[in-house]
Amino acid sequence: MNWTWFHRLGSPPHIYRIAGTLTPWFAWPAGLLIAAALYGGLVLAPPDYQQGEGFRILYVHAPSAWLSVMIYGVMASAAAVGLIWRMKVAHAVAASCAGVGAWFTAVSLLTGMLWGKPMWGTYWVWDPRLTAQLILLFLYLGYMGLRAGIDDLGRADKASAVLAIVGVVNIPIIRYSVEWWNSIHQAPSVMKMERPSMPFDMLAPLLMMLLGFTLYFAAVLLVRLRAEILRRERTASWIREALR
Amino acid sequence: MIEFLSMDGYAVFLWPAYAVTLLAIVVNIVLARRAHEEAKEAARRRLALEDEGSSI
Repeated sequence: MNWTWFHRLGSPPHIYRIAGTLTPWFAWPAGLLIAAALYGGLVLAPPDYQQGEGFRILYVHAPSAWLSVMIYGVMASAAAVGLIWRMKVAHAVAASCAGVGAWFTAVSLLTGMLWGKPMWGTYWVWDPRLTAQLILLFLYLGYMGLRAGIDDLGRADKASAVLAIVGVVNIPIIRYSVEWWNSIHQAPSVMKMERPSMPFDMLAPLLMMLLGFTLYFAAVLLVRLRAEILRRERTASWIREALR
Repeated sequence: MIEFLSMDGYAVFLWPAYAVTLLAIVVNIVLARRAHEEAKEAARRRLALEDEGSSI
């Protein structure tokens, strides 16, 4: 088997260049999808038969919640690859994920509170789903704090990678909390095995939002990764070429 | 228009939720770009220092 591709994946100059080329290919479709989904979700989709116009918070809440969990998955996977194969670029990917993940976890909590108030009558309850999501925010903040607290880059990479990997136990708890326990949070409408329980004109904007947010994250991650690689490759001669 | 903006009484919850999300989207673009620009600037400064050092 030819392993060249794997070694190129670990090569900072290669990744730096590829990331720069790829960014607009993620950013533009993301922008178009999110704009179209905004129109679809706010204007075209019919009001919900129970929640009226209020259900439209779904179109920002669900994609943020999806990003918060998906980014954690990317971060922990990259951290594991970095730990196992000692791949520096993988650690750079993990480090680039945390800030964005923390932001969207906070957004999912805030939009959830703004949805909970009119529907449940309260901004916050110590419900399993809500609590697990709050723990996710603390995991991100802990990861960032740990990295910031260790001066030696190699040690920061290793220690934060272990934290990221241990924190993965929280992900299935978030996912299944609404099924395992008596949660006030509604069960998934889309991310489940059966058919989504929504009419098409309600579902289409949501799917577009989910895809748009995912592509948006990819674009942001690539820019952050380029910054992280430059910061790490302090004396590499390729930087001279790349910055020309 | 007024009817659209009022969202059948949910406006006070719905629009802040959209605003917060849009804010996060914009802020993360700005932060990522700034981080990249700063990293490039720092790398340029390092390279300039190196050149100075080697010419002495």
